[in-house]
Amino acid sequence: MTRRTFNPGRALAWVAMIVVLVVTVFPFWWMIRTALTPAADIYTDNTGLLPDHPTLVNFARILGLTSEAEARAAGGSGARLDFARYLLNSVIYCGLIAAVQTLFCAMAGYAFARLRFPGRDLVFGIVIAALMVPPIFTLLPNFILVKDLGLMNTMAGMVAPTILMTPFAVFFLRQFFLSLPRDVEEAAILDGNGPWGIFWRIALPMSRGPLITIGLTTTVWAWKDFLWPLLVGRNEENRLVTVALGVFLQQSPNTQPDWTGLMAASTLSVLPVLVLLVLMGKRLVQSLNFTGSK
Amino acid sequence: MKSTKQRDDRRAAWWFLLPVLVGFAVFYGYPAARGIWYSVTDYTMLNTPSYVGTENYAKLFSDEQFWNSLLVTGWYVVLNIGSQTALALGIATLMHRLTRSVVLRATLLLPWLVPNVTIGLLWMWLLDTNLGFVNNLLNTLGFNPIGFFTDATWAMPSIAGINTWAYTGYTALLLYAGMLQIPQYLYEGAAIDGAGEWLMFRRITLPLLRPVLALVLVVSMIGSFQIFDTIAVTTRGGPVAATRVIYYYIYQQAFTYFHMGYAAAAAICLALILGVLTAVQMRLLRASRSDLM
Repeated sequence: MTRRTFNPGRALAWVAMIVVLVVTVFPFWWMIRTALTPAADIYTDNTGLLPDHPTLVNFARILGLTSEAEARAAGGSGARLDFARYLLNSVIYCGLIAAVQTLFCAMAGYAFARLRFPGRDLVFGIVIAALMVPPIFTLLPNFILVKDLGLMNTMAGMVAPTILMTPFAVFFLRQFFLSLPRDVEEAAILDGNGPWGIFWRIALPMSRGPLITIGLTTTVWAWKDFLWPLLVGRNEENRLVTVALGVFLQQSPNTQPDWTGLMAASTLSVLPVLVLLVLMGKRLVQSLNFTGSK
Repeated sequence: MKSTKQRDDRRAAWWFLLPVLVGFAVFYGYPAARGIWYSVTDYTMLNTPSYVGTENYAKLFSDEQFWNSLLVTGWYVVLNIGSQTALALGIATLMHRLTRSVVLRATLLLPWLVPNVTIGLLWMWLLDTNLGFVNNLLNTLGFNPIGFFTDATWAMPSIAGINTWAYTGYTALLLYAGMLQIPQYLYEGAAIDGAGEWLMFRRITLPLLRPVLALVLVVSMIGSFQIFDTIAVTTRGGPVAATRVIYYYIYQQAFTYFHMGYAAAAAICLALILGVLTAVQMRLLRASRSDLM
């Protein structure tokens, strides 16, 4: 970057950039601000950037830390809510899918890229063709399948369709394994490694970047999942945060939804990804360079 | 030596592939075949499916609500993709010409990380007719409150606006990643020749970005044809079917009315539309890789 003298066009560009950032962040600010507002104040205190009487009671009641009467007094419906549990369910759901799917797709990607076996290109072509099948098309039969298998309302039923594979991850990881240098592999063979040894000791450690990229992306998608968990994991024990938010909205008894409670719950649904963003922001941003141009 | 490796490879390969092949067969291949079968049957999930030939399809083509849902989806795709792509292109260009800050990029990525359900709730609150921030603002400026989700003319633009907010940052970052591949010396040379920013954008950025831009456009289009979560939270297809997109219509047919066969037929129609788009995407994936790498 060369230093430049003041230039009105550049200043204007910066102003535009700042407007974009404010528009991006403000809704989140307003969400947290509402979550900290007492339910009774919602009609009167809705202009300032900070609440007049900040409180944590909304968080307490959606986490199930208050008694029913207290929750009702604070503006809730009195329906039992336990967002701590829903958060834990979501974390388990995302962790399971991201870890297992990444491993299996890496194994397949490696086989398609580095192993020689008859029918390889044909099988790869068929698996990749699944990219063409839109989720809604497999959703209905999969729902019936999971129902017939007796997996309704279980974590197994919720993770079943995605935990083994997604075509994109296979495609993406194969792409990377193709670029591994031959001679490293040959050296490993001379050291007496078979295909598994090369995969575990050489290929996986050398692909940390792409593996983390696909793992992170899978985590984010799993965190956002809604329709499938809604159909299969509606019950209290397996409910994910997104499903719980939907259920919570419909439970609102009055004409006006329980906004302060909903915003507290929404804040909790954003918190984990926010932590992810703070810890792995650079990695996440770089992962877009991967997926964007590869 | 070599032949041992080949024998090892062959035997190992199928073990490497086993989980993915099982996943593919059970949750892609088999359900796809089942889906096609359901589409030619009368099935309510309680009865055994009975073959009815092309009856579901015939009904589908004379179903005004189905056509309406396609129309509504098209309207949404046009609104959303138009604004999202134009804004993202602008933001990406600003970033490309101003800064490489990772903090700024991470901030732009934030809405993409958040579940659509949360985004729906967030904006339902911000756009609430009586208590929402936006209507409060409009009120202070002397305007009448707008029923963003309850007024049939506003509902779809509101939803398109929300998702534009949610996905523009992500799209901008993808385009920005593409711009980073454009050689910097082209801009430096143009600057020496006295070219302004607008000329550089038109003559350098836009033409060289075209493969990436096309790919991003197709990918976002495939995504927006499948909008569901936001609508399920905010309008649930209403008011008067103004936001009942195809995905939501299929969902209702299947899980509200239990018309499984009919829903499967509609899903096949959507699959055909998306199949064409996906085929284009696969071509572009190949094209953009060879152009840039």
